[in-house]
Amino acid sequence: MSFDYERPDIYLAVAAFVLATGIYGLVRRRTLIGMLIAGELIFSAASLNFVTMNRFFVTDKAVGQICVLFIMALAAAEISIALSIVIAVYRNYRSIGSKDVSEMNG
Amino acid sequence: MKGFPGMEYAVGFVFGVAVLTTVAGALLAALTTRVIRSVCGLALCCFGLAGLYYFLRAPFLSLMEILIYVGAICVTIVFAVMLAETDEAPARETRLAAIGWGALALFISGAVFWGVARLGIKHAWVLPEGKATTGSVKEIGVALLTTYGFAFEIISLVLLVAILGALVIARYGRTKP
Repeated sequence: MSFDYERPDIYLAVAAFVLATGIYGLVRRRTLIGMLIAGELIFSAASLNFVTMNRFFVTDKAVGQICVLFIMALAAAEISIALSIVIAVYRNYRSIGSKDVSEMNG
Repeated sequence: MKGFPGMEYAVGFVFGVAVLTTVAGALLAALTTRVIRSVCGLALCCFGLAGLYYFLRAPFLSLMEILIYVGAICVTIVFAVMLAETDEAPARETRLAAIGWGALALFISGAVFWGVARLGIKHAWVLPEGKATTGSVKEIGVALLTTYGFAFEIISLVLLVAILGALVIARYGRTKP
């Protein structure tokens, strides 16, 4: 079994697939952490697209890699904030189901 | 790539393993009902992505992918799974509604996959002119500290604020008001 790894096609197809599974998970998961994981999949798809374009269609090969490093940093910041919110929600509601958390309290 | 006989097949096999790992990890992360299995799927997907980054001549990114995604993000999610009760409750919707919404989500994600993949593969991308740089770690470091220095500092500020915010939010509610 071998694939042509010197062409961008298969990388772009894999990135599109990861994006699609991320969207499916975001729609179908019923817990906040599950939706968060699906969001991380979407981030990963974007990163893979950045690196693919950087490898094949750009002369300055450092730009795309730096963009992906920034995406990783933002994903880490996002996940730390979101998980602390999830834990605070769990303390209040004893549940992290996305349908249970449906009322606001100011 | 020259080496011992059959080298091309071995490299192609490793590439196929990386692609299949990414796809299987993404499917596992999206389709299982247990959250802990979903985290394992995300970790698997990130290992596959690290392999793909290596094939895209970005070994530094491949190491960072394993360090940050598997080592930091997945472990943080596992901590949250331990602190909160995370198994999904049985669905409250009827069986027919579940099938209907599942089919709708499947249709939407399938359409997104088909559209984006078709756009990426069919589009006439323009090959760059001029001499390409190598994208080594040294170049990344120089660019991070010169051209992208300001963005680098802003990102470090964002991370600091995120850490402080996470501490404040997670601490809120531990003490009785």
